[in-house]
Amino acid sequence: MIAHAIVFYIFSLIAIISAIMVTVSKNTVNSVFFLILDFISISCLFIMIGAEFLGMIMLIVYVGAVAVLFLFVVMMLNVAQQKNEWFNSSGSSSHIPVGLLVSIIIFFELIIVIGGWKYKPELLDSIAIEINTDLTNTQSLGSVIYTDYIHLFQLSGMVLLVAMIGAIVLTFRQRSGVKRQSYFKQISRDRKDGIELVDVENNKGVKIDA
Amino acid sequence: MLSIGLGHYLTLAAIIFTIGIVGIFLNRKNIIVILMSIELILLAVNINLVSFSIFINDLSGQVFTLFILTVAAAEAAIGLAIIVVYYRNSGTIRVEEIDRLKG
Repeated sequence: MIAHAIVFYIFSLIAIISAIMVTVSKNTVNSVFFLILDFISISCLFIMIGAEFLGMIMLIVYVGAVAVLFLFVVMMLNVAQQKNEWFNSSGSSSHIPVGLLVSIIIFFELIIVIGGWKYKPELLDSIAIEINTDLTNTQSLGSVIYTDYIHLFQLSGMVLLVAMIGAIVLTFRQRSGVKRQSYFKQISRDRKDGIELVDVENNKGVKIDA
Repeated sequence: MLSIGLGHYLTLAAIIFTIGIVGIFLNRKNIIVILMSIELILLAVNINLVSFSIFINDLSGQVFTLFILTVAAAEAAIGLAIIVVYYRNSGTIRVEEIDRLKG
């Protein structure tokens, strides 16, 4: 129990500190690195409380795909040089006290909700899918996703497909003046477009530029 | 203090959620950091769902976390594509200089 508490506090401290560093870091590349650290520590927490599959998926999806995408865009756009100095803004800085006030209010509202919250007595009777302790986490998730939630599962696949097509359509551009192979032109070329047979008379030669 | 319950996880999620909100409100320079703050907020929501799912012994929270993960990945891809297109057209992604809509 004590080990569980110590590990929880260590991982959550790392997660909170790295979340703060994501927002205040001067260099955007460092922000991405701290985002990766944040996701890794949260997925360690997930694995610790028994949601192993989600912890691993989190590592694969966020650290393996999303963070690398962020890093790629940051390096491609050359914004790492732009300093992320958000307290000495050149224009009006009236948003800072208002933003801090709203954030603090949101935080205290959340804390009040958590502190005053109790289980409803009927809650434990209204469980949709009870966790079977005989099966592993991955197995029980799989037995639910492919049966009860199959429509939502297919729909999330469609969301990913639309996102992929959208990203490709948004960033695709045709540059003018670039030489590239056109298969249709190449195949539909006729013999008489390229080759001409000329009877060459003796001692007169051929005119090249016709 | 030493027995970790649901409240601890919810508090952690609340703190991370608030940090994400602060990052969105106070950032005036770099729009990529705003996207990362949105990822932090979704992460906080995921922590809430998973911890409720474990402590109430109901698997559906983890299923919904899986779907949120999908949507978050799609959102990050589309957002970054929009940022790339905007940078190509206007040469800047500083939040202060994005004022084409005069908002």
